[in-house]
Amino acid sequence: MNIYRSHVLVCGGTGCTSSGSKTLQAEFTKQLKEKGLENEVKLVETGCFGLCALGPVVVIYPEGAFYSMVKPEDVAEIVEEHLLKGRIVKRLLYSETVQEDTIKSLNETPFYAKQKRVALRNCGVINPENIDEYIAVDGYQALAKVLTEMKPEEVIQIIKDSGLRGRGGGGFPTGMKWEFAAKSQNDQKYVACNADEGDPGAFMDRSILEGDPHAVIEAMAIAGYAIGANQGYVYIRAEYPIAVERLRVAINQAKEYGLLGKNIFDSGFDFDLDIRLGAGAFVCGEETALISSIEGFRGEPRPRPPFPAVKGLWGKPTLLNNVETYANIAQIINNGAEWFTSMGTEKSKGTKVFALGGKINNTGLVEIPMGTTLREIIEEIGGGIPNGKKFKAAQTGGPSGGCIPAELMDTPIDYDSLIAIGSMMGSGGLIVMDEDNCMVDIAKFFLEFTVDESCGKCTPCRIGTKRLLELLTKITDGKGTMEDIDKLEELCYAIKASSLCGLGQSAPNPVLSTIRYFRHEYEAHVKDKKCPAHVCKALAQYKIDPEKCKGCSLCARQCPVNAISGEIKSPFVIDQDKCIKCGACQAACKFNAIDKE
Amino acid sequence: MKSLAELQEIRNRAINQVNLRKDREDGIRVVVGMATCGIAAGARPVLNAFLQEVEKRNLTNVTVTQTGCIGMCRLEPIVEVYVPGQDKVTYVKMTEEKAARVVAEHIINNQPVSDFTIGSESK
Repeated sequence: MNIYRSHVLVCGGTGCTSSGSKTLQAEFTKQLKEKGLENEVKLVETGCFGLCALGPVVVIYPEGAFYSMVKPEDVAEIVEEHLLKGRIVKRLLYSETVQEDTIKSLNETPFYAKQKRVALRNCGVINPENIDEYIAVDGYQALAKVLTEMKPEEVIQIIKDSGLRGRGGGGFPTGMKWEFAAKSQNDQKYVACNADEGDPGAFMDRSILEGDPHAVIEAMAIAGYAIGANQGYVYIRAEYPIAVERLRVAINQAKEYGLLGKNIFDSGFDFDLDIRLGAGAFVCGEETALISSIEGFRGEPRPRPPFPAVKGLWGKPTLLNNVETYANIAQIINNGAEWFTSMGTEKSKGTKVFALGGKINNTGLVEIPMGTTLREIIEEIGGGIPNGKKFKAAQTGGPSGGCIPAELMDTPIDYDSLIAIGSMMGSGGLIVMDEDNCMVDIAKFFLEFTVDESCGKCTPCRIGTKRLLELLTKITDGKGTMEDIDKLEELCYAIKASSLCGLGQSAPNPVLSTIRYFRHEYEAHVKDKKCPAHVCKALAQYKIDPEKCKGCSLCARQCPVNAISGEIKSPFVIDQDKCIKCGACQAACKFNAIDKE
Repeated sequence: MKSLAELQEIRNRAINQVNLRKDREDGIRVVVGMATCGIAAGARPVLNAFLQEVEKRNLTNVTVTQTGCIGMCRLEPIVEVYVPGQDKVTYVKMTEEKAARVVAEHIINNQPVSDFTIGSESK
């Protein structure tokens, strides 16, 4: 085999692909060939490194040089300087790794130092489309161990001992779920994987499937052995084309190697895996709706019990876990339950992946031990809020979660602490908001989402969320009353108590948590008819500062409704009755004379 | 896949493919000067010789890497060997044969080859 002295890793995650990493790969191939280095330097496409804000990312080993925001025209310089002459191109390095005379290891940068990569262990390290690389980093060792040395009960016991809880958001103990499915007696059982990641802003499952698909395949085979199933399904949304493709390649490679199929490791255990594509309905992330969808029916939930572990796919016992949950399994088997329980808090063991988004410098994917505080995530790993703005709140759990205000920033992140403060872990979206975000508007945004995504089967969710949205719209339009706030709360509790599935039961959370922590903002909208963050259009007022206005008439000429009048060289005025608050005048003014209040 | 041995075989075959990508703090580093002067003096065959020796002997704790011009172009190809906890050793006027000896004597048996070091040159 050819020995390569250097490896060039180009991120092929969705984030970097959309910022042009495919062109980079082509350029590297070309330049390496021109310089005659193609037999010395290996080009590898990997999964997500997590630092999506600075993509496309290129990492060169053995030096471990981390290049960020690389452009195709930079490639020639990297090849010439770094790969040919051994001089790292400092100009293009991720700035946090550059020190005076040396480069820091990536693991010492604030973004990575506090992270603990378990589920993301191989993302950005191996080529996801090459099963050999996965095997080289101990891949399929756990499956081999389980099939040749362990009884199904022993496997379940290890998972129970590890304290692993469902990473899809609910946090149900995984070992117990496996035990229920194992105890259900039936001639046919199934293992399913929920890759229908639907929370706006969450993309950890996608990144795991894109960066390390074999980890999920291996874990599903282990689960199949543990519960006595020989068929698995991965339910993944068709909106994730790269993840679907890599998973497909990985499944085929595993079949070729006999790691899926008949009589794996000569143990008599058969396991096969298929992909089912979802059309991207949020409700299909709910387990019973997901099962209906795999069966080919409309994705609608049904009452539980019976739980899927008793009656799931085609009426047979089915074990359903989330992608990230599966990504932990092989490592728990390899390293033991104690290794896993050494990370995290008393009731939440291990790590959790979060997708950082919103008003934060390091947008991207991070994996932290449970119990890390929100402050550490936002200020240290996330690099703080851009433009010197003040942190206002963080939203976790997407449309099912809630907002965490600045005063609770030192809350440790684990399942139970988040529930206690009115939010939830959710699948791991973490959206950061600064002083420019209006909390009523945020609640409205999430309600618009749930109104769209409610499947319509049960009345509380279908009609209740619609009414919630109407009340919120009334408030942001400046027509709300104090009774509306009380009515909102009452309706929220009614929907939570009476909805059929998790979608409806959690849909009011964004409203309840914003009322709980930001009631003053709701009251400002109602009483003072003002939006403190100047977001709600109906309550905004554009005013011209007569001190600053030079009377150039530029704004008046821009105004689409002729609401601005005045004489040249004297201050202009906006007629508030005519103004439609489009902001065109403010954008046009060259003297910063127009304020929005 | 019928046996653990088969899996192990694939693993051993593939491990060198990814070994390079580990961030290692403790391993031995072999740094070859690969600036224009080094390349002109024949640093590339030396680098490849090191890689082949490391591969052949299955040394997983050794990183072979490159650097720019150290400033003593007349002594190129220059190779520096960093063993954790010890002073760095600088070898000069390296060749493929010398590289093989450095791997055998210095890297494996921890006996720097004093015949090739920069100190021997100035004598």
